[in-house]
Amino acid sequence: MSRHDAGKPEQAAREAWLGEQARKPRRRRVVLADSTKSRGKALRTIIELEEQTSVGEKLVRDLIKQQLRSAFGLAFAVLIGMCLLPITFYLFPQIGDLKILGIGIPWLVLGLAPFPVLYGVGWVFRRQAERHERDFVNMVDR
Amino acid sequence: MNATIWSLSAIVAVAAVTFLLGYVGSRKANTTPDFLVARRAIPATRNAAAISGEYLSAASFLGVAGLVLKDGIDALWYPIGFTAGYLALLLFVAAPLRRSGAYTLPDFAEARLGSANVRHFSTFFVVCIGVLYLVPQLQSAGLTLTTITGLPAWFGGLIVTVIVVINVLGGGMRAITLVQAFQYWGKLFAIAAPTFVLFVVFLASPDRGTQPISDNGVIRFPQAEKITVAEQVIKLRVDEPLTLKVHGEIDGRPADGKVFWGRGVYELSPGTVMEFTAGSPVPVVEGSPTNNHDWTRPQTGGISDLLKTYSLIFATFLGTMGLPHVLVRFYTNPDGKAARRTALHVLYLLGLFYIFPTVLGVLSRLYLPQLLVNGKTDAAVLMLPSTMVPNLGGQILGAIVAAGAFAAFLSTSSGLVVSVAGVVSTDIMPGKVRDFRWATVFTGLVAIALALLLPRSDASLTVAMSFALAASTFCPLLVLGIWWRGLTWVGAVCGLVLGGGMVIIAQVISVVSSYTGRWAPAVFTQPALVTVPIAFMTMIVVSKATRRRAPADVNQILLRLHAPDPLGFIRDRDIARFGTAEEKARLAEDKRRGASRTR
Repeated sequence: MSRHDAGKPEQAAREAWLGEQARKPRRRRVVLADSTKSRGKALRTIIELEEQTSVGEKLVRDLIKQQLRSAFGLAFAVLIGMCLLPITFYLFPQIGDLKILGIGIPWLVLGLAPFPVLYGVGWVFRRQAERHERDFVNMVDR
Repeated sequence: MNATIWSLSAIVAVAAVTFLLGYVGSRKANTTPDFLVARRAIPATRNAAAISGEYLSAASFLGVAGLVLKDGIDALWYPIGFTAGYLALLLFVAAPLRRSGAYTLPDFAEARLGSANVRHFSTFFVVCIGVLYLVPQLQSAGLTLTTITGLPAWFGGLIVTVIVVINVLGGGMRAITLVQAFQYWGKLFAIAAPTFVLFVVFLASPDRGTQPISDNGVIRFPQAEKITVAEQVIKLRVDEPLTLKVHGEIDGRPADGKVFWGRGVYELSPGTVMEFTAGSPVPVVEGSPTNNHDWTRPQTGGISDLLKTYSLIFATFLGTMGLPHVLVRFYTNPDGKAARRTALHVLYLLGLFYIFPTVLGVLSRLYLPQLLVNGKTDAAVLMLPSTMVPNLGGQILGAIVAAGAFAAFLSTSSGLVVSVAGVVSTDIMPGKVRDFRWATVFTGLVAIALALLLPRSDASLTVAMSFALAASTFCPLLVLGIWWRGLTWVGAVCGLVLGGGMVIIAQVISVVSSYTGRWAPAVFTQPALVTVPIAFMTMIVVSKATRRRAPADVNQILLRLHAPDPLGFIRDRDIARFGTAEEKARLAEDKRRGASRTR
């Protein structure tokens, strides 16, 4: 490690964080020249993403929109489901008298049912999100 | 007395194992690369166990059962909300936040918005949330020790504070995934084993624990009971007239001897002793259902309880993602995809855990009616084993539960102290190792002082307050910051200050009101339903008005947050600038050595 390097961290940290790709596009293009054709195409798309050309920006925007749609849709469904329960119990108090095997149905609905449901929703989201990402990578890395 | 010895030795064992694992772990992971590389190898399942271990606090271990005992079915919204919060975290935050490479919330705020101002405000709220979350842990520790040994309440809180601070200072407990994962399985065992045994005892008991109940569902004392009012004024609601002996003060007037209570509310001063005869109806702390009919049925408390339930759903669903000790743990995932898998596994582990406190809460309704009178329902889980099984078996079960509760205080408090002290030392102090140590001591002192000063409330209620604070500050910051290009630092600061300020004011008002006769309406104890939308709206509106302040590189940042991991955009922030205090010190040390070598 040289003295020159030691001064580096004093740069604005934000720049350092964003850093690298902004500073090194040239070097990557050299690598590009060495690689096979298909790999080169992928790299070009990645560079487009990094440099935020209009194509790259469109790709990223679409990905974010897709992910947000999944997340928001599922969160909305869960929140609506959760919020409907108290008002239903409030408006129809006779539900409290229903029983299965001596345990009140509301106790089962609130004490047991939510946990598998929440896990299930999480599982669906994980699948969707990973599929979106795979599609995105495939598109970039043709 | 035997029970005390059993419990104490179990607690000491937990503390010792924690120390030991922390010590061994911290000696093994010694250098920065070790630290980081070791983390990268941790499978999502173990990481999830560690996160759950840190997350399951006194509020979950003791508080949930206590609230079920007191409020019945409506209390089940607490475990639902505590779990659902992780779903929201998984949906909106987990993967992008991990890819941002930020260690702490202020770190993320600064990286995303490019302003040091927003960092300072975030730091302030991280400290607020952390300390607010610590207070119920320490108070519950006091309660636990009082229940087991009869020592004064401040002693337990102090002991936990000292253990945690020493452990954190010694470098144990620090990001040691193994310790936290061990804590999760320990806690699960400590609550599951007693639940199974006690449930079998309940089924096998000749009368199925049927307690005497009056015609309109008010519980009666199975045997004569003598109850002393602790340090706070208690308001009791009487639904069925009874006669009892009172020595002390009722409604501010001295009483000594037999009294008749008709239907109504009675206020008892601290130190008052009540003597109930066997079979007399049980008066209940004001605000909770007085009879079993209302207790078993959902939403019997009218419109204000309905709003409270909604507020709670909001606070817990959206608040989890803003808890400082949760985020730090997510950083131990190798990439965004693993962060998502970890969050999903946490959902499974929490769901597994929360079935047990509910069962214990229901059982304690049958066996521990006296807790409804003195309001210390958090002690239900601790007292249930020895009450139901009054022999050696009960004592051992009681010891297991006590050890689990202690593990809960230790793990959550350590996680909180580490994350708060880390933020304080890097953002307020210069960020050297010594600063981290001072920040740890400082955090511990503030937390224990507040725990002794503030009136003890149910752990889950107080914890819900810090969820409300997190939901009104960091939830909008994270969600808008990750998904919306338009967020500016001005908007973020306005939203933080308005949302967080309102929750803090509400908290102060409800504390003042609890000292002066509980006059504040329910919205002040659970303000999230109002404050969360306001915080979101403020951030959006102000950001739109200050559009020019949006960082120029917002597109690159969002690319970094959302690009799939295989493309390789993930880059941890410069450790030299944003590492924890200790890592920084090590790095500086390496650099000095390296520099002297080149010379």
